[in-house]
Amino acid sequence: MADMLEKGIRIEGLRKRYGKGDTALDALKGVDMQVAPGETVGLIGPSGSGKSTLLKCLGAVIEPTAGRMTLGEEVIYDDGWKIPDLRALRRDKIGFVFQAPYLIPFLDVTDNVALLPMLAGHPNAESRKRALELLEALDVAHRAKAMPSQLSGGEQQRVSIARALVNRPPVILADEPTAPLDSERALAVIRILNQMARQYETAIIVVTHDEKIIPTFKRIYHIRDGKTQEEAGEGRAFE
Amino acid sequence: MISLAGRDIMHSWGKFVFTGVGLGLLIGVTLTMAGVYRGMVDDAKVLLDNSGADLWVVQQDTLGPYAEPSSLYDDVYRTIRGMPGVDRAANITYLTMQVRQGQRDVRAMIVGVVPGGPGEPGQPGYLIAGRQITRSHYEAVADVATGFKLGERIQIRRNHYAVVGLTRRMVSSGGDPMVFIPLKDAQEAQFLKDNDAIAQQRRRTAGNPAFNRPGTPGLLDAVLASQSINPYINAVLVQVKPGFIPEEVAEPIRRWKRLQVYTRVQMEEILIGKLIATAAKQIGMFLVILAIVSAAIVAFIIYTLTLGKIREIAVLKLIGTRNRTIAGMIMQQALGLGLIGFVVGKIAATFWAPIFPKYVLLELGDALLGFAGVFVICALASVLAIRAALKVDPAEAIGG
Repeated sequence: MADMLEKGIRIEGLRKRYGKGDTALDALKGVDMQVAPGETVGLIGPSGSGKSTLLKCLGAVIEPTAGRMTLGEEVIYDDGWKIPDLRALRRDKIGFVFQAPYLIPFLDVTDNVALLPMLAGHPNAESRKRALELLEALDVAHRAKAMPSQLSGGEQQRVSIARALVNRPPVILADEPTAPLDSERALAVIRILNQMARQYETAIIVVTHDEKIIPTFKRIYHIRDGKTQEEAGEGRAFE
Repeated sequence: MISLAGRDIMHSWGKFVFTGVGLGLLIGVTLTMAGVYRGMVDDAKVLLDNSGADLWVVQQDTLGPYAEPSSLYDDVYRTIRGMPGVDRAANITYLTMQVRQGQRDVRAMIVGVVPGGPGEPGQPGYLIAGRQITRSHYEAVADVATGFKLGERIQIRRNHYAVVGLTRRMVSSGGDPMVFIPLKDAQEAQFLKDNDAIAQQRRRTAGNPAFNRPGTPGLLDAVLASQSINPYINAVLVQVKPGFIPEEVAEPIRRWKRLQVYTRVQMEEILIGKLIATAAKQIGMFLVILAIVSAAIVAFIIYTLTLGKIREIAVLKLIGTRNRTIAGMIMQQALGLGLIGFVVGKIAATFWAPIFPKYVLLELGDALLGFAGVFVICALASVLAIRAALKVDPAEAIGG
């Protein structure tokens, strides 16, 4: 397991400070975290605890103040960004699943998923083929030509998972992916994420408040006052 | 890579088409304004073409006969005929006034010409019906735009004229259709007074001891006779002999006859550069204002459409879409809107141009220039929206 953890995403002493002087606020006060490829971990904590800040730092959307982040052998951040093109990093190595699916309303399901490989420079036909394979795996291939507005909430979330996976990123960040769903659908989404994590050797971090899905994680990171604490989860649904 | 702009336009085509139609009507007005200017220039050129002259001989130190009043004695043409290189010379008068026909009247330019065959300077170059003026009085040839028909009787001042011929595209520089009448009648019409004024003038002359000398019988009658005729014309139109250069023919007339002579090029410069210059500037101002309004509308529409997609733009940026791809999407939408607007505007202008009372000339060159202008305006108008889109923080896609 220790060897696998080395290959996944690893965060050491990550700090984030907003503002300066007397009004400065330390949102992250030295976060440590490791997620192995194929593993899904939960990140839970009360409002204002720093979950979203951590997610934004992991997603290379905001710059941490200090610390170190590695993705496999590659150092992403070490007291400063070590990757010149963060946009390409987000496109190729990080997948995002949001609370709402945020599909592009003017693209059909296939192109919503195929857009990422297209942006990475892959030919349209190849990108669509990859998208359809994933849609098939996620059981929404029958809606491949539908527009996002024609899908149910669960279908939309599965399409957004397909979009997150399509470039085979080593890490996926899921921000409250089950918030708008009922228990059954929420568990189904988590089951899919777990399955995909194993199938594609992807490390998945799920930020959630959702009590009904917390028991499904084998490992959970609690975040309080900008610090994380690791706990063993029940891993109930996937045994 | 798929066209994000194209997909967005196809997805909300109704919004784009209706906005494009609105913009198109504005572009149609802009193209029409340019057409009005071109029509004025063309009217001026047609006026010169149809006069059939190579030289315009007018009163010294004037820009006559179209831009300023010009007055010459009507026998000047005889001496001009004798000048080297002159082939034909003919008197002409111009007078813009209301011409009555039955209960209606029409604004027209009355052209006094010497009755003669086609090819004579000043004569209408071609007829679409009827014949040229052959009698010295009371016949008229009218442009069809006056609405007069062959055989109708029209009234100019106190006299009635029979319309014996119809012509086309014979207009003044102001776009008023022309009515050709015999020169003598036109000279009379220019200075014709009412009966009371004539009686009063006669009384005044008779009361003037300088004209009514008891010892000089016949003087008063001679003075009164001279007052009742008009020996003036506005210009002499000259055709030069083949092989002669108009400027070389003009120079001796200027020098020896002490008259102003204009060549075709000079006359065109007077008409376009001076006579319609103010109107052209006026239209130019309209064009500038319309261009600014069009730009503002496109900018507002594209900006509003972009603000409506802030979340999608944040997601696009988060998943790694380059700024230039997003900027390209917005600019392509603006250009798409411009394209729809231009097509609608061109069609609208083509349909409504013939309805305008004055000639509207829609030239291909103006349309191409307008097309390029619309694209430049749309591209500039999209800058505001692109700025807003590029400012969007990808973190907005992540909650918290």
